[in-house]
Amino acid sequence: MSKKLIRLADCCMAFDGELVLDHINLYINDSEFLTLLGPSGCGKTTTLRIIGGFITPTSGEVLFDDVRMNDIPPNLRKVNTVFQRYALFPHLNVFENVAFGLRIPKTVEEGGRKRKVRVPEAEIRQRVLEMLEVVSLKGFDQRRISELSGGQQQRVAIARALVNRPKVLLLDEPLGALDLRLRKDMQSELKRIQQQLGITFIYVTHDQEEALAMSDTVVVMDQGRIQQIGTPEDIYNEPKNAFVADFIGESNILDGIMHEDFVVEFFNRKFKCLDKGFAPMEPVDVVIRPEDIDIVPAEKGALRGTVTSVTFKGVHYDTIVDFKGFKWLIQTTDYHSEGETIGIVLNPDDIHIMRKSQYSGMFGDYSSYSEEYDDLEDVSLLEEEEGGDEE
Amino acid sequence: MKSKRALFAVPYVGWLALFVVAPIVMVVIYAFSTAGGGFTLENFARMGTYATVFTRSFWLALLATLICLLIGYPVAYFISREGPRFQRVAMMLVMLPMWMNFLLRTYSWMSILENTGLLNRLFQSIGLIGLVNRIFGTSYDYFPMINTQGAVVLGMVYNYLPFMILPIYSVIEKMDGSLLEAARDLGANGAGVFRKVILPLSLPGVLSGVTMVFVPAVSTFAISRLLGGGTQMMLGDLIEQQFLGGAYNPHLGAAISLVMMVIVVVCMTVMNHFGEGEEQAVML
Repeated sequence: MSKKLIRLADCCMAFDGELVLDHINLYINDSEFLTLLGPSGCGKTTTLRIIGGFITPTSGEVLFDDVRMNDIPPNLRKVNTVFQRYALFPHLNVFENVAFGLRIPKTVEEGGRKRKVRVPEAEIRQRVLEMLEVVSLKGFDQRRISELSGGQQQRVAIARALVNRPKVLLLDEPLGALDLRLRKDMQSELKRIQQQLGITFIYVTHDQEEALAMSDTVVVMDQGRIQQIGTPEDIYNEPKNAFVADFIGESNILDGIMHEDFVVEFFNRKFKCLDKGFAPMEPVDVVIRPEDIDIVPAEKGALRGTVTSVTFKGVHYDTIVDFKGFKWLIQTTDYHSEGETIGIVLNPDDIHIMRKSQYSGMFGDYSSYSEEYDDLEDVSLLEEEEGGDEE
Repeated sequence: MKSKRALFAVPYVGWLALFVVAPIVMVVIYAFSTAGGGFTLENFARMGTYATVFTRSFWLALLATLICLLIGYPVAYFISREGPRFQRVAMMLVMLPMWMNFLLRTYSWMSILENTGLLNRLFQSIGLIGLVNRIFGTSYDYFPMINTQGAVVLGMVYNYLPFMILPIYSVIEKMDGSLLEAARDLGANGAGVFRKVILPLSLPGVLSGVTMVFVPAVSTFAISRLLGGGTQMMLGDLIEQQFLGGAYNPHLGAAISLVMMVIVVVCMTVMNHFGEGEEQAVML
């Protein structure tokens, strides 16, 4: 589990003088499910294409098993890719699409002599049919690609890559074109396949839920830089800066001052927290997750505010509360009507402290709550554009 | 709504009826009738005399099509791989000769290929003709180029090459780049990507290019007369003679046209079928 399979050392990438990747340092372990997560234009697809060999970094090194791979073309790398829009060959049927990689003779060196080796036809047949079974497409081998639904095409693309037994599978937003229901199914399916075959997956997505649900490791990227690397729990519970806190899940982000270890001040009040190691009186960002906040009667609250909007979300209510002009999002199962004055209680483990960063002050206020939701829905559109730009 | 929209089709349907269907019907009627108007098969029986013209026409058209394909495919392929600016300029250059009058272009070839034409004078001045004479023991004053089959084929290739390049180029240019990346990713080298993805996917372009060159080439008339000097009579010339020339016989001309049309249709059907078969074969 801890063997470093792929390493990106100080990789930069510039297109037409514009820096797209800014000193990326990253390693990927054997049998790991690693996700590159970030908004459109953050450089995640570029990173994947560097690993796949479709582009060469402007500077820095790509290492597979500590061997420099910068100038090795994609066909000689032991990785395979599942493309964003599948890229299945329309002139071949399902069987031939999956068999494509197996039908290409491999050059092997034997006693200093190079020799071309072909996979025998019987083995091709066996491996293709086996792989179609793994992706639940048994009996589809003679279908034309145009006869398949989006989800089925997706599975063919995965089978076509996996049948070559790559060490690493690269997936570029593979579920982006599927509807929500199918997406959820494919998420667990992908996870199952990854665990069944024990192959390293590098997965690119802008969907934070997808990333949290599937990954062993999440790499959060923005503006060509890695913002944080960690397990899904780490990323959610201990975000490193305001960008990560805002991008992963919902969060209220406030300005605070760290008085001493375990004591933070915001809204002119001191709160106990679990963080330490800051300079005395250091300005910090304070993150409070909306589901961690407990609403109590106004007189019992540590802070007092007025409810300005309530939205029913099924399991809970999204309640926007105005605390002295700063609006918080609170998720609670109890209904509080608009205009009501309420109090809240914060436990020390509800409060997470982050150092100030370039993202401070950009996120975390819910004054423009509904607009933010609209933006979230637009992400998929933006993503499409990004794909086009990078080609 | 639907019937209203159908109104827009009326002008074209009228055009089709008047200028496509009616002429074909007239050709058929003429082909099966005598000058007096009675039914006859004699027009077809007489055609045996012109067997050499038929074979020459199809042979030269086939040769020209093949050469166009051999030149056109690589050109189309390499143009489509360059940047968009290069592509625009290159495609304009491909089309450029077509903006000049067809006869003018063919006359220019005459003056280039003539016995005392540009090429022969060039060969003389650089001593090429003398050199060939010395090596092969011949005694050429000039290379005979005009009035040969070669000249006719050259003229056809020159005139119809853009029709081959254009459809192939547009098919390759529109090809999804991620398909080529996928092939690379699955282990294919440059040649493998071409053979297994680009070539089979560009077949529709090749088929329409072949059609667009072969059909006009087989019925061409001015090229063979101007560059073949009357020694290389082709079907187009023969038909022209029946309608305008001394051998005035529109019934025979119609019959020849009809037979040519049928042969072309059969050729195209077989080829399209073959093209589909090719795709099937790749699939299996």
